Amino acid sequence: MNELSWFAILSTIAVVLAIAIGVIGPAIAMGRAISSALDAIARQPEAEKSIMRTLFIGLAMIESLAIYVLVIGLIVLFRNPLLEHLLG
Amino acid sequence: MNLDASVLLEFGPLQITDTVVTTWGLMLALVLLARLLTRNLSAKPDRLQALSEGIVSLIEDAIVQVLPDHSKQVLPLVATLWIFLVCANLIGLIPGVHSPTRDLSATTALALLVFFSVHWFGIRNLGLKAYLKHYLSPSPLLLPFHIIGEITRTLALAVRLFGNMMSLEMAALLILLVAGLLAPIPLLMLHIIEALVQAYIFGMLTLIYIAGSLQSQRQTGSTTPPSAGDDPAPPKPPNKEHHHE
Repeated sequence: MNELSWFAILSTIAVVLAIAIGVIGPAIAMGRAISSALDAIARQPEAEKSIMRTLFIGLAMIESLAIYVLVIGLIVLFRNPLLEHLLG
Repeated sequence: MNLDASVLLEFGPLQITDTVVTTWGLMLALVLLARLLTRNLSAKPDRLQALSEGIVSLIEDAIVQVLPDHSKQVLPLVATLWIFLVCANLIGLIPGVHSPTRDLSATTALALLVFFSVHWFGIRNLGLKAYLKHYLSPSPLLLPFHIIGEITRTLALAVRLFGNMMSLEMAALLILLVAGLLAPIPLLMLHIIEALVQAYIFGMLTLIYIAGSLQSQRQTGSTTPPSAGDDPAPPKPPNKEHHHE
């Protein structure tokens, strides 16, 4: 096995692990946010509109953490800056 | 699988990608549509006018809920962002057309627009001095954190929209490779929902950031009188969209 195939294997493993581990945190956070929003709506149904609005914004904020992981993963897979070092 | 937008034309160092073409086409179409819809407004609206007025008043209601005092001021920016982003996110569903928001350059441009307009609204309403003072507000020690916050939230705005749109498109493409024709259709339904949600969130975050930059007015309102320039002139003719109510 030459260096390049090691590079491919290792970066693939790294990206898979990064996505798998990196999604755990946002998943827990989203679950907690949704459950407490449902609690609040059950307690105060008349406040549903503002709760839903805040919930959506919060979910977007949390989701962007997972999106960062994805973007980093895509950079490592498709546009790895270290690859130039290896080839050139 | 390509991450980059494909280059259609090239003038020396300047590359015209399909993102630019789609964006300008969309802008042209929206401007023409707006022109056409507002050409002969009447007090007794026909069906199209009622529809467009419904859209505008829906957006206006959403803005008034967050920012009641300055809704007239921010309505053009936020409504344009919403309408443009809904069209731009959904246009990717047409085969052969890529949605412009799957290009990081396009979303960065939009995020920069939001970044500058937040400061512009803040300075216009508070005055330069009062606006800059809110960066030092609890204590000058927090200035670096304010600045980092400004930069990261702009970056997050760009990357969130880009990542969502591109990952969905990529997921549909992967399903197509694995499972074949017609299999990605359920995923495309998810794409529609996600496109609408992301457009909503982008506009809403813009609104909240602008509200945040205007918020310091309330806190400092007791010490400095609010500038008179931000109130819409009272003798204005009533809004067109309330005629049918």
